[in-house]
Amino acid sequence: MTLQKTGVVKSTQNKGFRGLSDNEGALGSLFLLPAIIYIVALVAVPFFIAIAFSFSDVTVGNTSLNYVGLENFARVIKTPQFKRALINSIGFTFVTQVIVIVLANILAVILSQDFRGKWIARMLIILPWATPISLGTIGWLWLLDSKFSPFDWFLVKWGLLGPDTILGPGTHMIFLGREWLAMASVVTIYVWRILPLSTVILLAGLTSINQDILDQAEVDGSKFFRTLFTIKLPLILPIMAVAVLFGIIFTFTDMTVVYILTRGGPIYYTQVLPVWAYFKGIDSGALADGAAIALFLFPVLLAVVILMLRTASRTEIN
Amino acid sequence: MQIIKTFISRAMIYGSVLLFCLFSMMPFIWMVVTIFKEDKELYRGKGNPLLYSLPPTLEHLKQLFQETNFLVFAKNSLIVGIVVVLITLIIAIPAGYSLARLTGRWGEKAGIGIFLVYLVPPTLLFIPLFRMVVALGLNNSIWSLIVVYPTMSIPFSTWLLMGFFKAIPRDLEEAAMVDGYSRLVSFIKVIMPLSLSGIIAVVVFTFTLTLHEFIYALTFISSSAQRTLSVGVPTELILGDVFFWQSLMAAAVLVAFPVGFVYNLFLDQLVAGFTMGAVKG
Repeated sequence: MTLQKTGVVKSTQNKGFRGLSDNEGALGSLFLLPAIIYIVALVAVPFFIAIAFSFSDVTVGNTSLNYVGLENFARVIKTPQFKRALINSIGFTFVTQVIVIVLANILAVILSQDFRGKWIARMLIILPWATPISLGTIGWLWLLDSKFSPFDWFLVKWGLLGPDTILGPGTHMIFLGREWLAMASVVTIYVWRILPLSTVILLAGLTSINQDILDQAEVDGSKFFRTLFTIKLPLILPIMAVAVLFGIIFTFTDMTVVYILTRGGPIYYTQVLPVWAYFKGIDSGALADGAAIALFLFPVLLAVVILMLRTASRTEIN
Repeated sequence: MQIIKTFISRAMIYGSVLLFCLFSMMPFIWMVVTIFKEDKELYRGKGNPLLYSLPPTLEHLKQLFQETNFLVFAKNSLIVGIVVVLITLIIAIPAGYSLARLTGRWGEKAGIGIFLVYLVPPTLLFIPLFRMVVALGLNNSIWSLIVVYPTMSIPFSTWLLMGFFKAIPRDLEEAAMVDGYSRLVSFIKVIMPLSLSGIIAVVVFTFTLTLHEFIYALTFISSSAQRTLSVGVPTELILGDVFFWQSLMAAAVLVAFPVGFVYNLFLDQLVAGFTMGAVKG
């Protein structure tokens, strides 16, 4: 701060006052202002409108806002769909993150080794994250098709599916038509999608570890797994937390996978809050109900954000 | 003994990498195989679905370009992407510089605040934004997306660029200012060229974000001619209950592979941004 100030004082003394383009405070605010205006107008304002909507009787056809208190929340909570959507949203996110963090640690450790073709491997592994999620999901939809899934063919060929087998008697798995299989499919796609992101974040953490520490461990006779579990993983713990928090946000708030894959079905067994908010709020035009449903995402998000800030301040101290 | 050990550890590395690659590539392999299959084979084939019993055909690829709106979606996506990238650069470059240099101590707090905005998900805002877009008369037009997408790209881009600007030694600008440039000019002439790789990362990040985005595009736009790739391909290439799987898969692959390739080139910068600067990519 002081350094910065003296720099300016010197230059203004040398060259004289040149107005705005040299006035630090004014220039700083001016540079920041457009970003702040944009964010306030299109993030903060809609956020408060969402809260206002959820306490009102607004619909697509009726633009007047009448205060109705907690009526929307009460009505929404009573439906069986809500319970299921809330449980699914939390459950899918939790199971996905547990699987992802285990697999991502393994994959990141592998990719931190030197081997031929690493660049290609990294690119193939990152592809699910780099692909637009809607297009990746449409690929899965076809992969899990009730009639033409290639999995069916292989399972039949290996004697696992068909009459007189463990998975039989039908010759189709119908992945998206059965409650548990459909839920497992949704989680699989989330794992597929988030794993690359978590992996590259952990990989960045692993490669940033001070080489001296690792050399010292080797001199002291520490073997691969001992070094991994007692030095590397504890050191990247804060970065692992960042990976998990991003994973939570991207799974918990996503609507694309369920919207394209199952539309919440069979019945409403794979329904999640964002998709249900869309169906209610936009498809059936009940904006107030939709806004109320979407707001149930907020407490979880807030918790994640607080954890994120804590992690960030801890990594700074380190 | 040592040779055997090395061999085993190599084999384990390659084996597990192969498994992970297979998991990542599974849908893509199936997509690519599907594109070139005749209807007869795709829907009535009896053999291994990953192999061809009839010769591969380019018929469905041709259909995608000639009989569907794929090129219209691609054009819309391109326009949205380019304009949003420009808006993002115009707003995020000065904001990032301001947070890195000009605002002092509270700049750091403001920086974290702006980063947190990136965590506010579209699923929380799409209903009120839909209402706002309708009120502005922008619904059913790609302009609705052009106006709204920067809310997602500006926070992360600002954060990313702030990191880049901070990494440049202050002496450079101060030297320029002693040479008689104002701070504004020294920023443009000295700092911007040195941050080119950060600016390119922002371009890539923002462009892919506009290609990925689904909820806003689904909510704001209902006419086919204004749709973008991420919504147009999965919703419009399905007519009623009839899926044109080959063309659909061709469209998805044609978008996914180039985007994946470019994204991979800038991965390290994006990761550095994601880890909030805790790791220098």
